Amino acid sequence: MDATMDSSGAVDRIPIHQAKRIGGLSDPLFVGALWGCGLLVLVLLALIIGQLFLGGLPALREFGLDFLWTASWNPVTEKYGALVMIYGTVFSAVIAVIVALPLSFGIAFFLTEIAPQSLKRPIGVAVQLLAAVPSIIYGMWGFFIVAPLMAQYVQSPLIDLLGPIPVLGLLFQGPPLGSGMFTAGLILAVMIVPFITAMFVETLESIPPMLKESAYGVGCTTYEVYRNVSVPYGRTAMVGAVMLGLGRALGETMAVTFVIGNATRLSASLFAPGATIASTIANEFPEAPIGSLKLTSLLQLGFILFVISFIVLALSRALVRSRLD
Amino acid sequence: MTSAVDPTFNLSSAVAAKPGAVETPTKIQVNKLNFYYGQNHALKNINFTIPEKRVTAMIGPSGCGKSTLLRVFNRMYDLYPGQRAEGEVMFDGVNVVGKELDSTVVRSRIGMVFQKPTPFPMSIYDNIAFGVRLHESLNKAQMDERVESCLRKAAIWEETKDRLHTSALGMSGGQQQRLCIARTIAVRPEVILLDEPTSALDPISTSKIEDLIDELKQEFTIVIVTHNMQQAARCADRTAFFYLGELVEVGPSDVIFTNPKEIKTRDYITGRFG
Amino acid sequence: MASLAARRAKDNAVKAISTGFAALAIVLLAWILLTLLAKGLPALGTNVFTQITLPPGQGGGLLNAIVGSLIQIGIALLIGGPIGIFAGTFLAENGKGTKIGSATRFVNDILLSAPSILVGLFIYQFLVVPFGGFSGWAGSIALAILVIPVIVRTTEDMLNLVPVGLREAAFALGAPQWKVVIMVTWRAARAGIVTGVLLAIARAAGETAPLLFTSLGNNGWSLDLSKPMASLPIAIYQYAGSPFDDWVSLAWAGALLITVGVLLLNVVSRVVLARTH
Repeated sequence: MDATMDSSGAVDRIPIHQAKRIGGLSDPLFVGALWGCGLLVLVLLALIIGQLFLGGLPALREFGLDFLWTASWNPVTEKYGALVMIYGTVFSAVIAVIVALPLSFGIAFFLTEIAPQSLKRPIGVAVQLLAAVPSIIYGMWGFFIVAPLMAQYVQSPLIDLLGPIPVLGLLFQGPPLGSGMFTAGLILAVMIVPFITAMFVETLESIPPMLKESAYGVGCTTYEVYRNVSVPYGRTAMVGAVMLGLGRALGETMAVTFVIGNATRLSASLFAPGATIASTIANEFPEAPIGSLKLTSLLQLGFILFVISFIVLALSRALVRSRLD
Repeated sequence: MTSAVDPTFNLSSAVAAKPGAVETPTKIQVNKLNFYYGQNHALKNINFTIPEKRVTAMIGPSGCGKSTLLRVFNRMYDLYPGQRAEGEVMFDGVNVVGKELDSTVVRSRIGMVFQKPTPFPMSIYDNIAFGVRLHESLNKAQMDERVESCLRKAAIWEETKDRLHTSALGMSGGQQQRLCIARTIAVRPEVILLDEPTSALDPISTSKIEDLIDELKQEFTIVIVTHNMQQAARCADRTAFFYLGELVEVGPSDVIFTNPKEIKTRDYITGRFG
Repeated sequence: MASLAARRAKDNAVKAISTGFAALAIVLLAWILLTLLAKGLPALGTNVFTQITLPPGQGGGLLNAIVGSLIQIGIALLIGGPIGIFAGTFLAENGKGTKIGSATRFVNDILLSAPSILVGLFIYQFLVVPFGGFSGWAGSIALAILVIPVIVRTTEDMLNLVPVGLREAAFALGAPQWKVVIMVTWRAARAGIVTGVLLAIARAAGETAPLLFTSLGNNGWSLDLSKPMASLPIAIYQYAGSPFDDWVSLAWAGALLITVGVLLLNVVSRVVLARTH
């Protein structure tokens, strides 16, 4: 050892019971700020729900619970009901999930089992970039590009072909406008595929390799392992992933507003124009002055959308986390 | 753990050469200490003393509570809600597990080095200066001097003096661990706790750390938790054996390793269980 | 059980379809990007960056919308960034294993996927109505609420990747929590936290719905945050839905700008993260 030993060999220390805590006030302030911001996030949700509820209260007083199952949206007679929009919201989101589900299963299968290592990342990133494209861009693409193609190559032939069939034909009525419920559902499907796929991949990659190897060991094909081992193993979380996709689709605004046609009429046809809660709020808000019955009805719609989304998202989260914990 | 016992290694010859027989004052006195992880009673009525400027080893099978006790000494358990200690750990006449002391004060007097090297993501110099700045305000020259003296004491000055301002993450595992020791002594604690400090290191780095421990005890009180009984025999003046949360036996290392009173201790050091 | 040949055939068919689906995703992305390039690039003259929005037939650009977007995103980040990083740190440090921590994490996950238009409605009720009108501030705060959950989530995830030993080692030197967090944990998770902020910017940049009822949009030049303020997404929405060809072209130019910006931010954030892990 060297000479510097002595320099710290004899250290003058204040007795330990007189020593002050280190950092003084900074630490309580900092920790307080951490708690404050955490609680702010917690309170934010309550604030949003509270404001929407209060905003919609006059409409609730005026129409009561009838608001939920009234199909009229008439600014002239001041008769407002949510049924058309609730129907449109749920219908378009369900179309989206039905279309997105096989796509997500396939892409997840491709990414986890088929793709060579070198392609996995770039393709995975490309799929994720679909989720990053802003909603309004999907709206423009859907309105200017997809809708005309839909009218010409999908809706016209289907209406001609299936329209006359009883019962089933009800789904294929009306003029081939291009926009409408089905087009909205398709665009939504493209938007939610990345979310569902990412969570599928995450779930599938967390499956213990031993499980899969033992299935391969008894001679299963790749698809059989996927179908009989991987998917059942991750089932709960995968249902959660689909619910998240549904939750996203329910509240999507701009893309839907561009392509759904914005008609506040009820129609069973896949190709008829419709409206969702979000698209109605976006569309009708500019003509809803402060204090009007229309505005409070829109806020009431917002509250309903929040409740629906909340339930779906909370379920999704419970399913996804249940496996992770 | 049986594999760690080298049958050709003679424990009694290792401890015979130790000069630790001279009695020194008590530095830490543990009285009726109980510790809980939530409902789990992890330490049961522990009583023993740690002498000043000596090396005390705590041994025992995994889960016996030795690391838990080490983490009680510097209040590390404070970081985790649900963990609590009852009883006394007297240090300079004050109970360090009591409410009267702030944990930052306790930790500045009782330093700790961990199993895995934990260099901070900053330069070698700043790794040392980080702790010093918490407790003292030194000018540049004083800080330079402190950094140098600590690196010298930790026996890595020669390896680091030309790269003090490069990231500490680029060092080897053994160097990182010695940096962590330097960082701990830079705060000028009175006690240094070592939690299996060599278990992640190769044999050469391990022997360097063991030599270092021998040097450091001239200045600091050292408590080391180890799975490696030869290490305890080589380094420690006193050894305490823990089993299932209880202190089975404590005494001079030569006694513990050559002539333990308890059957359990004997079984453990001869590698019959663990 | 089916014959081996049939099972093989099925396996191959599913593999082919799956590969086709993955290819479809790439084709869709390429289709969107090519559409934007084809329609946006011809309209992307210097006027877009040097002139403000003008009545139809008079040319004009998107300068006020671009600047308005930058200002509102900037303020959203100044408000939401610290709150998000602190709340994420709270979850990783203080809220671990506590009821209040789980509740906050749950709420944050909901906010992350909640319809953004409702955030707009909320701010309309909460700020626009009581404070007398649409404003840049209202738009900025609406965007801040969208930015927060993204940053909270990534910050928490990234801090959880910091080894426990590193935190404990800093505490073991007698450091108070704020020093440990700022000097050690944040520093160790730096790249991850930056990634979260970049992703949050990307999200805020493309959002239209929450601005509809908050900053409203403004066809003139205004830097006054207490007045309605233009933004790129709102300008695109207004122009794309208009019957004027020159406006629609400008909308495509704006759409190209936004998409390229947002996708670049996403790619950069992925690179930042990949380089450090």
